[in-house]
Order: sequence, then structure tokens, then C-alpha cells
Amino acid sequence: MNMEILVCVKKVPDPAENEIVVSRDGSDIERDDLVYSVNEWDNYAVEEAIQLVEEHGGSVTVVSVGDEESDEIIRRELAMGADAGNLLDDEAFHYSDGRGVAAILAHAARRGSYDLILTGAQAEDAAAQVGGMLAAMLDVPYASLVVRVRVMDGKKLKIAREIDGGNLEINEIDLPCALSIQTGINEPRYVGIRGIRKTASVQVPVLGAAQLGVDPATVGEAGAKVRKLDYFVPEMGEGAEILQGSREEMADQLIARLKGRGVIQ
Amino acid sequence: MVHQVFIYVAHRDGQAADSALELLSAARILSPDGPVTAIVTGWGEGLDRVCQEMASRCPEVWKLAHQDLAYPNAEAVRKCLVEVLPSEAVLLLAHDTLGMDLGPGLSVKLNSSFVSDVVAMTAPRDGALTLVREEYGGQVSTHVSCDISGGAVLSIRSGAFPALEDGAPGEVQDRSSEIGDLACGRRFLEIVEAEAGDVDITKEEILVSAGRGIEDEDNIEIAEELAKALGGVVSCSRPIVDAKWLEKARQVGTSGKTVKPKIYLALGISGSFQHLGGLKGNPFIVAVNKNSKAPIFQVADVGVVDDLLEFVPLLTERINSQR
Amino acid sequence: MINNMHNALVPPADTAVWGVPMAFVYILITCAGICLFAYILYRRLVPLFRAAPDQRVDRIGARIGKVLQIWLGQWRQPRYLLAGMIHIFIFAGFVLLGARSLQLILIGFWDGAALPGLGGQTGAAYNLVKDYAATWVFIACVIAAVRRGVFRPARYQAPPALGKDHLGEALLVPGLICALVVSESLFEASLQMAQARAGAAVSAPPLTLLWAGRALMGGLGLPVLQAVNSVSYFVHEVVFFFFLCFLPLGKHFHVLTSLFNVFFMRLHPGKVKPVRYGVDEDRLDDLPEFGVSKLEHFTWKHILDFYTCADCGRCSDRCPANRVKRPLSPRFFTIKARDRVYAKYPLWGKAMEARQALVGGIYGEDEIWSCTTCGACEQECPLGIEYIDKIVDLRRGLVDQGRVPQSLQKPLGALEKRGNPWGKSQRIRADWAKELADEFAVIVTSEKEPVDTLYFVGSVSSYDDRMQRIAQATARVLRHAGVEFGVLGKAESDSGHEVRRFGEESLFLALRDANTEAILNSGAARIVTADPHDYNALKNDYRGIPPVMHLSQLLSRKIVQNEFALERGEYTGKTVVYHDPCYLGRHNGLYDEPRRVIDAIPGLRRVEMVGNCRDRSFCCGGGGLALFYEPEEEQRIGVVRVGMAREAGAEVIVTACPFCLANIEDALKIAGLDQEMEVIDLMELVERHLPQGGQGRRDAKG
Repeated sequence: MNMEILVCVKKVPDPAENEIVVSRDGSDIERDDLVYSVNEWDNYAVEEAIQLVEEHGGSVTVVSVGDEESDEIIRRELAMGADAGNLLDDEAFHYSDGRGVAAILAHAARRGSYDLILTGAQAEDAAAQVGGMLAAMLDVPYASLVVRVRVMDGKKLKIAREIDGGNLEINEIDLPCALSIQTGINEPRYVGIRGIRKTASVQVPVLGAAQLGVDPATVGEAGAKVRKLDYFVPEMGEGAEILQGSREEMADQLIARLKGRGVIQ
Repeated sequence: MVHQVFIYVAHRDGQAADSALELLSAARILSPDGPVTAIVTGWGEGLDRVCQEMASRCPEVWKLAHQDLAYPNAEAVRKCLVEVLPSEAVLLLAHDTLGMDLGPGLSVKLNSSFVSDVVAMTAPRDGALTLVREEYGGQVSTHVSCDISGGAVLSIRSGAFPALEDGAPGEVQDRSSEIGDLACGRRFLEIVEAEAGDVDITKEEILVSAGRGIEDEDNIEIAEELAKALGGVVSCSRPIVDAKWLEKARQVGTSGKTVKPKIYLALGISGSFQHLGGLKGNPFIVAVNKNSKAPIFQVADVGVVDDLLEFVPLLTERINSQR
Repeated sequence: MINNMHNALVPPADTAVWGVPMAFVYILITCAGICLFAYILYRRLVPLFRAAPDQRVDRIGARIGKVLQIWLGQWRQPRYLLAGMIHIFIFAGFVLLGARSLQLILIGFWDGAALPGLGGQTGAAYNLVKDYAATWVFIACVIAAVRRGVFRPARYQAPPALGKDHLGEALLVPGLICALVVSESLFEASLQMAQARAGAAVSAPPLTLLWAGRALMGGLGLPVLQAVNSVSYFVHEVVFFFFLCFLPLGKHFHVLTSLFNVFFMRLHPGKVKPVRYGVDEDRLDDLPEFGVSKLEHFTWKHILDFYTCADCGRCSDRCPANRVKRPLSPRFFTIKARDRVYAKYPLWGKAMEARQALVGGIYGEDEIWSCTTCGACEQECPLGIEYIDKIVDLRRGLVDQGRVPQSLQKPLGALEKRGNPWGKSQRIRADWAKELADEFAVIVTSEKEPVDTLYFVGSVSSYDDRMQRIAQATARVLRHAGVEFGVLGKAESDSGHEVRRFGEESLFLALRDANTEAILNSGAARIVTADPHDYNALKNDYRGIPPVMHLSQLLSRKIVQNEFALERGEYTGKTVVYHDPCYLGRHNGLYDEPRRVIDAIPGLRRVEMVGNCRDRSFCCGGGGLALFYEPEEEQRIGVVRVGMAREAGAEVIVTACPFCLANIEDALKIAGLDQEMEVIDLMELVERHLPQGGQGRRDAKG
């Protein structure tokens, strides 16, 4: 049946035990000690794409808007089983807002003819926006927070979206379409150092604004409508505030605290 | 001068979601004196009831009834909103599963800015808004400037704004006739409910977590009662699972599940790093433990040094008596 | 020999049936038997030639020693006393009766055939011995059959989920052996009776089968005796060759392969085989596959192991994973593979193509990940069968295919990025030492600040709040002992010990190389560690680094040299038991050193977990990555272990491994024993019994 699938991946700071701290001047987070890996949600998306292609035939292309370090994460996804990868990097792309990133990806998507475009449901900034924007730019139907994908025939998919309370919303969606993938949809296979070394000979072309046909004015800092001003950490207390008083008094104090947090209407 | 401010009202079974009143509060910050319009899409009697409910707090309510909107299919809703919203409108939606589905694509079709999961905002100035968002699971916050001169779609985190108490009432306008064809590439089929007992603690916002201090399988009930009273779910640390008092799916920890609740009540949990390793984000942690030296008190926000077997039933009782 | 007096009865070689000279028949039987046997052996050898290479001809002297000790000396048999004694008797009998069997074959060709060297006095002595040997073999076989058939000890049971029962074979073979010795005895008894009739003075050694045979045939006439003689001989030859050809068909193949299996057995505990013998590390990238995913990826020695399993179940009986009903039973691991080899390489017909992979076929994924690599199985096996290398190879295969449980992927990723399984920052790896800042400064070595002794701390002791106390105690103890040491600090990465044993060889090599560089840069002449996993890695997995000692060795040596003494303290008067960590004890033979250290503390009463200590120590549940894996099990392995400690009457469990400490501490809580028992690390125990004011050491320098 053959599905040509494009998966958008992002390089993010490794979430495991990272202590994210704000840099001294507040302009960014402290990056010296960070290690990066592929966004966890995107990894699930790549695994899903590979499984779909294993079952139905076709190929998986991985693409990332990033910098030269993003090459490593593209290779990791190639080692996992993706067939090709492209790095979208250009000076003009830096400081793009979500819409800018989606526009760049849309240009990359138009270069091929993809049946399915996948993104992770969100990344470290929890914006959860690029997938939906990309779909709208390409004028394809979209569904977010997908936890199950079944191919119905060459023309449509049956998908499950995860909504509140652990319930699933079942939809039918026409191909070509775009989906944002939620964690837990599958069990991504392991990729180790050896796997990545095996991709050493594979080319990951770098595409810039010119090759993609992107108008620099619409992306990057120039085109951004949303701008990050600073990073900060809201005030937090030192250790636990130990409640005092009788059992009843402590219970009441706790209830007051919980109410202040939106629990207990 | 802000353009027209709209809120999109989510609803179920004829009742508006809690988020609707929170959106009204947020809208007031955007447009303190200007009018706010509530948009409600749907079909049938439930829709009418929600519109009436909103009309009691909101100066203008637009009712958009269409059979294809009986279930809020984001693709269809988007088509509808694109047709009825004026240009440069600012639309607020809840950052819920529908908001995540709808917001980004809608902003592209409206050619306006988009910011999601907003936790705070200040009044607009010179066509721009300053918003606060969280990143990295809540470890840090950022100030974000959003250019709203061409309109904006903003999704608001639930609980970040208070419910508006004092909205002036208004009337319902039926704008259903403005809706054109809503056929789209995605069709809703059905909802499959989670199996009873099939709880996914990783998606829960309120967790009541039992540790060894619960002492006995029969005492788990104490945690369950509290969870019910708070609208949350019971989770636990590893010893409870090992003892087979709760299923593995309930375990929080590095070898259990990673959870990102807003509120975490640690009952009788010492706070080992294997357990805390499963707790991400920036939850409000309440620790109840009879050992004042338990490490959990280092990381908790509020601590109660008491026997949970005595304290928690009392707490639950007091919560329930306030309803 | 008796058959020289052939005129009492017609000897087998001279008999004829229906006109056919039986000598001819016996030659035929022998040739057919040998040919069939040779053919079967050849078929059994085919997979060995297709298997991966192995290097097993080093250290010939040591190998001969193993054969003498374990094969000939049956050294491991008495560990299960009843079964062991039964087997020793049967084995000894077999060895002794070998010559007799050979002679009997020859007798069938021509009467008077004799084996060189067994004439005269030697012959007579041999006759005596062989008669008793046959008798005790008979008795042992009967006991064995009754034990297996009637009493059915639990160890041999085959839960349906795991495999099939082999009771049939277990009864058949003693039956065949009894048939052999009885027929041989009847053959000789009948001849003796006839000779006695003819007036010869022939006696049977008392209480032997021969003697009993004679007693039974007391009143029989010559024709009957002749019949008995000829028939029993015929039966003996047929059974003999039947038995010979039957051996390679089932678990009694070990009768033939055991000598070889023990000769080729593993000589280096603690080490793990290379990915492929004959392929150097720098050529590993050329290999298309790592590890074992098909039967032929096992080495020939591993396939020989599968053949050699006697299905005795001792390995599974000692296996901690099996004990808590994880889906792993070493015994069935081997038997399933053996059956697979037999099925894939049938005796008749072509070798079949594998339709299923090994893991996902005969093995489940959980089965392979369940092993803690404790080595109890290998320690127990009387036939020198190995397990750890096979499990590691299967894991390598799974890792190569990306089939790693999600629970292990996170720590592996963290190890790759941060050098520790929790993903914590390298910067804070030596932060545990800050606690000691008031007392002394812990040196973090580098090229600019070299030290003589390097204390390799390890990931768990660096980052885990509880285990940091072990690192702190170790530092204090070292200082007290006058050892000037340094640590690598953030230049230290996880030793990679479990990474390797969980099959991620490439990551292990990366960690090893990073650590090796840091170690060499430190200028240290020796390394000490309190973590047996790191100890084993540094000693057995790493190369080209200074010698490494475990802290218990260092202290033990100092105690013996009177350079280190301990005082009464917090634990005086308590009953303590020492739990042997797998990687200190079984894998590296360090049983006495930690005990000596404990015994140096006055006023402690130390007990042992009898039957479950030293090389029979029961694993705590596993260290390193094993802490992250989520197995299917009925209870925690550690809970079984603390039960043993409780039975030994201990109030305090002392262990010399941070992972043992973690597992046992958890286990005490789960078992609800944490009010009556506690667990403490050896270094912490020593720390609390150091003499006040630093008078514990006589010499200034360590």
C-alpha cells in the first residue's frame, strides 16, 4: 500500500533529572551543562511511523528545524529505522516562533508528496502548536494527542485521541493528514551507540531558506509575532511549611491552602 | 484599544465547563471595559442551556448550532469559527484537549498570533500582550510578548485564572445561519470510555499517594476517600505495589510512572529519590508523615507531622462537610 | 580370568543359534552398534561445526585439574548429599566397569579374549573390585529410580509453563543400567555355578550381585545354566549397544560429553565473553550482528553445554530468579535449547530452517532480562555448564534489534549522556564528599593533582542519598587507615559493569574507555573500591589499569599485619550475619576477607546463613541496571534473603555492596522486619567501631 511519512523532530535538553535553571541574566536557561536528545514525543512519532511502514510499506523521512547538533538526533532516528533525514538550518530561521517553525516545515513538506505527517504532541516548551499549524498551512486534516493509528485503506485512517479521564475519542481522518502523537502510543525500540555509528555513512542534507523557498521575512526573528522576553522562576518557599496546631487546626489550614490552589471548590 | 475579545465555551451535557468562567476573567484583563463575546457551538437542547447559562454572566453570547457540531470536532469547529469571527479578533480558549486540537490551526487560518497554555497575562499595550508560560515541566517560567495587532488565539491553562463571579448578564444571539458547509477531512465516530479501574495516574492533576506509612492494605481506603473528596486519584510508592496492595499502574517513581500532577499529597511516604524521581513538574506537594525528619519534608510545600491514619480521615471529613 | 575355564559351559563366541555362529552375530551387533553410534555422534557434532568459535584450549594444566577435580573427583556432587552420593557410586561404578564391558564385547568374538594388563594378580584384583562395583551400581540405580519415581523430589518437577517432565528417561536409564549389571552378573554366576558343578573352586565375593546370582541359581541344571549364560550375554550386548546409542538422544548424553564439557569449562569467573571470539574490539563495527539471535550464534561450547545437561535441576534450585517465580529457570533454559538443537538438526534428514527467532520463540524476553548474573547456577552445575555468557549474548542480540524494555532504556540513555543511570549531572558526582568538609578534604585527582591510591566510588554511592553514606564511611575509614587517596570526581563515569551484562556492549566500551583515561590520568598506582560490581569490572572487564582491591581486602590485609584495629562500639553485643555479595564472593572468591574485618570488631557475635553462605550465597536481587528492570515475580528476591538471615538468628545483616544494601533494606521494609532487623554496609560498620582519636593505626602510612 505504501505510505510516505514525514516526521518532524526537535532537539531538546534531555529531560532525565535535568535541573533546568535560569541563566544569571534571565535571558535563557543555563545551557552549559545540558545534554540534548530528541524530544520524547517525537521519538514516539518516529517509532509509530516505522511500524506503519513495516506493516504497509513505504518510507519514513525525518526532518528537523535546528542547528548542526540536530544532525545527531536525526541520525539517531535513522538508526532507529527511518529511511532519510533532512536538517533545516539557516541563519534566517533562528528565533522563529512556533508559526515560523511550522512555515519552514511546511516548505519542506511540500517538496515531497507525503501521505502522513507526524509530530510529537508537544516538546519541552509545552506549546503543542507546530503540528496543528503545519496541518493548517498544508490544508490537510489534523488530529492531536493521537494514541492509536489504524490504516483503513489507502485513503483514510482510524485514530484514537486521548481526552480527559483516560477516555478515547475515535475519529476517521482522510489521507493525506497530519497527526500529533502522544507518549505511550507504542514502545519505541532502543537505539544505542552502535546503531548510530552504523549511520555514519548516510548523508543528512542541510537545507536552507533558498533551497526550501522560504521567504526570510516570514520566519526567524523578522517574522516572529511571539517573542520570549526572559526566563524566571516564580517565588518558592524553603522546604515544607510545617503546619502547627491541633489536628483540626492543621486540617483547616491545609484545606485553605488547597483551595488557594484551585482544588476544592 | 483591543479588538473584539471572544471566548470559546467548552461544554458537556448541557453544562458549561469550569474553564468558561475562568476565560471570562482572563478576557477582562485583556479588555477591562470592552465587551466580551462568548461563542458556543453545538447542537440541540444542551446547547441552548449552555447559552442561557453563559448569558447570565456575559454581555453577548453567540449561539452556533449545526448538526456537525453536535460533538466538538475541532476541524469542524475551526471551519465554523473562521466563518463567524471578525478579522483581528482575539479568541481565548481553554488549554484542554479540544483547545490543543483547535487552537494552532485556527490561528493559521485566521492569520493571527497564537500562544498556548497561558498562566498569567497583563493588559495589552501598543498592540502587544505580555503573557506568562511555563516550560520544562514547570521548572521555569517565561515572559512572552505576543503581537495581537492582527488578532490572536490564546489558550489558557485551567485554574490559572479565577472564575468570574460578577459578570454582567447579556443576551444570546443565534448566529447559526452564518455557518456554511462544515464537511471536513475528519469525522468523529465515538467515545470509548476508559475501563473502570483503568486509571492512568500520569494524566491526573490531583494525586493522593500512599506510602509505607499506610501500614496495611485495609488502610488504603483512607487514601481513596481523600482522593474522592479532592477529585483526584490514588497513587503510591513501590512498597505498596510490592505488597500487592495496589496495582503496578499506580506506582510513582523511577521504576514506576512519571507523573506531573498539580497537587501531590504524599501520605506516609518518606521521600526516597526513587519515588520522587517519578514526580515531575512543579506540583504543590503536601506531605503527611509522622517522622518529622522524613526527606519528603525537604521537597514538600506544606507538611503535616502527624499519623496519617488519624489525620487523613479527619481531613477528608472536613472537606466533605464543606460541600 | 574365569573364561579361561571354558570347558564348563559353551562360551558365547562358540555358541550357535539355528546354525548361525553367534560370534558372527556378535561381531555384527558390535559393528552395527558402533556404526550407529558414530553416525549419531556425527549428527550431534554438525551443529558444533556451524556454531560460533570459542577459545577453550588455553591453560591446559588448569583444565586437566578441573577434569580431575570436577569430573573424576565429582567434587560438586555432594553439595546435594543424597543425590550426590547416589551419583558418585554410579559414576565410580561406570568408570570401573568400563574395562569389564570392553572385555565382554571381545569375548563375543573369540573366547579367551582378554584386555592387556588385566592378567594375573591385577586381573584378580580387578575382578573383585568390579563385582562390588556392579553391586553398588545396582543398589544405587534402584535407589535412584525409587527416589525419582516414588518420592518425586520437588527439584525435578516440570511446571507446564516451563517444560516437559523427564521422569520417563529418569526411570528408563537406571533400568537399563540395572539390566547391564544384572545380565553381566548372571552371565558370570551361571558360569561359576557350572564350574562349581565340575568341581572347580570358584567363589563369589560375598554380598555381591554375583554372589546373589549364584544363590538364586542354586538348584538349576546344566542346560538351564547354559541358557542363562548365553541369553544373559546376548542381553548384555544388545542392551549395551542400545544404551550406547541411546545416550546421545537425551539427558544421558552427559555420560559421554561430561569429560569434554568439564575440560572446556569456564576458568575465569567474573569475566564475560567477547562479542565474538577472534574478532578484536576495533573490528566490532564490521560485524553485521551482535549477540545471539539464532541457535548457530551460540559458540560450540555453549551447544556442548546444551547436550551435557543432565536435567538435575540444581541450577534452578539455587537460582534466585527462579525462586521468586520469574519466568527464568536455568535448567529449562538449557533443556529448551537442547531440544531446539535436536529438532533443528534431526538424526535423519536435513537441518531445518529456523522459523522462529530464539527470543520470542523458545525464550521469552522477560526470561532473558530476569537473570541477575549471580552465578549460582554455574557454581552449582556438576558438569561445568555456563549460563551468564549465554544470557549476555542473548541480551546483546536483543539490544542489537532494539528490543530493550522501556524501563531500561531510560537509564541506558542517561548512562550514555551523563555517565550514571539516573541522569544526574556529572558536576555533582563528588558532592557526597562535601559532607566531610569539616573533617578533611577529599582530593579530586587530575593530571595536575595525582594520587597514589584512587578510590573508585561508583554511581550508586555517588548519587543515591542513602548510599552516599557508604562513600562517606569509606572515605573516613581510608583516612583512618592512613591511606592517602583521591577520587575522580566528575571525571568518573559508571563502571559499565551491568551495562555490559545487560548486553549494551558498545555503551560499555565507551564508559570503559572514558574511565580508563581518567584513571590513567590520575597517576594512581592502585585502585580501591567498596562496590563489588565496580571491583569486578575494574578487575575483569577493564585492561591496562592499575591493580584494584576491594576495601574488605585492604582492611583484611591491614588487620592481619596488625596495622588496623577496631574497638567496641554501637554494635557490640549484637548478632550479625554477613551476606556474601555475588560479585565479591562467588565471582571473585573473596569470602574470608570481609569476615575477618567483621571479626576484628570485639564483642560482635557473628553467625552464618548455613547452607546459603559463601559460594552458596543467595543473591539479593541484583545490582546496577537490575534495579530499574521491572520483572514479573511473585515476591522480591531480597525478601527471600532476609528470611534466611532471620532464620540464622541475626539482628543485623552486614553486607559489602551498595546494591545488596539497597535491596535488603527495601526487603526488610516489605517483609515488615525492619523493626527487628537492620542492614548495614561493612564500611559503615567499621566506621562506627573505629578507635576514637585515630589510635587505630600503628603505622603512619597505609
